[in-house]
Amino acid sequence: MSALTILLDANVNSSANYFQIGIQLLVAIGIVIVMMVASHLLGPKRSTSEKLENFASGIESHGNARAPMAIKYFLVAILFVLFDVEVIFFYPYAVNFKELGWTGFWEVLLFVAFFLVGFIYIIKKKALQWED
Amino acid sequence: MGTAQILFWSLTALALISAIMVLVSKNPVYSVLWLIVVFFAISGHYILLNAQFLAIVNLIVYAGAIMVLFLFVIMLMNLNTETEPQKSIWMKFFGVVAGGLLLSFFISFVISSADLKGKSAQLKEGEIGLIKTLGKALFNDYVIPFEIASILFLSAMVGAVVIGKKD
Amino acid sequence: MQHIWIVLGVLFVLLNIAAGLIWLERRMLAMWQDRLGPNRAGPLGILIVLADTLKLFFKEDWIPPFADKWVFITAPAIVVASVLMSFVIIPFSPSIIVSDLNVGILFFLAMSSLGVYSIVLGGWASNNKYSLLGALRGASQMIAYEVFMGLSLMGIVMLTGSFKLSDIVNAQKDVWFVFKQPVALVIFFIAGVAETHRLPFDIPEAESELIAGFHSEYSGMKFGMFFIGEYLGVTLISAMTATMFFGGWLGPAFLPPWAWFFIKTFAFILFFILLRASLPRPRYDQLMETGWKVLLPLVLLNLMVTGAIALWIRG
Repeated sequence: MSALTILLDANVNSSANYFQIGIQLLVAIGIVIVMMVASHLLGPKRSTSEKLENFASGIESHGNARAPMAIKYFLVAILFVLFDVEVIFFYPYAVNFKELGWTGFWEVLLFVAFFLVGFIYIIKKKALQWED
Repeated sequence: MGTAQILFWSLTALALISAIMVLVSKNPVYSVLWLIVVFFAISGHYILLNAQFLAIVNLIVYAGAIMVLFLFVIMLMNLNTETEPQKSIWMKFFGVVAGGLLLSFFISFVISSADLKGKSAQLKEGEIGLIKTLGKALFNDYVIPFEIASILFLSAMVGAVVIGKKD
Repeated sequence: MQHIWIVLGVLFVLLNIAAGLIWLERRMLAMWQDRLGPNRAGPLGILIVLADTLKLFFKEDWIPPFADKWVFITAPAIVVASVLMSFVIIPFSPSIIVSDLNVGILFFLAMSSLGVYSIVLGGWASNNKYSLLGALRGASQMIAYEVFMGLSLMGIVMLTGSFKLSDIVNAQKDVWFVFKQPVALVIFFIAGVAETHRLPFDIPEAESELIAGFHSEYSGMKFGMFFIGEYLGVTLISAMTATMFFGGWLGPAFLPPWAWFFIKTFAFILFFILLRASLPRPRYDQLMETGWKVLLPLVLLNLMVTGAIALWIRG
């Protein structure tokens, strides 16, 4: 019975709205599992020796793929985390924009200015330059 | 048992089992994937408490950004099982015992705390977790920490660039 | 219960659209490239959808013995599941919406952040140098363009005061947001094309470099699932653009609201296909540098200017 009360709850701010997300998640996962299992059961099984090698357009490959990678990918990921958190801080401001008026605007402008200082530092140090 | 109780206990079980799998997995990429499951379970708990903004931001930042960073780091390192050092089984056993003692200390501390006696968390309803309320509190009462946080991010950016670039 | 019917209906329509896009894309690409495209199987070639789907199901479900089995299987599942989940917040009409969340836009951004994992895990699990390189490049591209996808929508949220998509559609009753936030539309669309890694940003798939990028070792239905995920992503970005900037289901009363929504979404899907038919592919470093150095400052500038003008008009 309590499941029905969750669905009849009309309060827009409550977390009952998330119940449908659970249903959609279960159905989506069900669809994915059905597709995988169906293709597993319906396909033939044939093994040949060429299938045991990596695919490199016919050229022989040396060594496996577990080798160290360039650090520029790592720098992009770190800077992405920092800018993502900046964007998170922006979200509560955007919703309350009209109530906060000019005071809030100057506060957020100061916040964005600090980030732009950091951003100019990154550009000057060529941390995001992809080719040397 | 109400629906909220069933959800709470199943999310708890999911979070604990995934956390144990994080520690027990032999492959570091599997550990990262189980950690992502832990974050989903915690977001589910936040939704039960109606902390909607926190739940979604947990997903965006933790499961979406920081775990990608972890995956990149694991892929940057050259991890093959043959080159990793193996610990003796007694070390692992004593590690578990020490960790268990720490856990029981924390649990007894929380249970006996006078602040938390007799109160229960507000479920499903409540305005305190909404993004509008949070924004008002952040920009009216907590402006100075907000600006200081941006200076903290500036220092993090400088630190990342200094460590990452050789010149 | 009503919610289950809405969920099933939405997912059924979406899977049909993803399948239909197989045919639509090939016919439209052909039309814009001055050739015919599939026109033999069935009327106008529409049975090509059935042929392609059955072919993918009946292929051998082969997992490379040098690959990491469970991660290999999970990677395509993540992309399909996360894109299907993103459709929870889209308002098809005033009454058809799976869940009108308080934090609707944030949910969309959270689900698109999860899409990065399928590329990274797919490339890593394949244990193939070319897949891994394609995966890292693809992931770096997606996370770089994700930063300002969220920020570009903040101008609209500032003008509306809410993250709920139904509020945003209702706020466009007088004038669509495309006229108030044109720069945000351009930036959001560019970020959307990069997120779904379609041409001109399809270095992760890299049809003529790096073999096939992160999905080099995939075949059969798992490969098919990557493509279903891509077509669903195209539909998602088109639906979001139609909802946020072009009024969603608003329109004159001679057609029902959901018809207007589908017309606008299909217009943007055709625009995606037109981009694929006509634009060349930029170099990877040009792509990354444009994203960080040009688009990110531009979107911040857009937000500050929007804020200043809106506050000044209010007096």
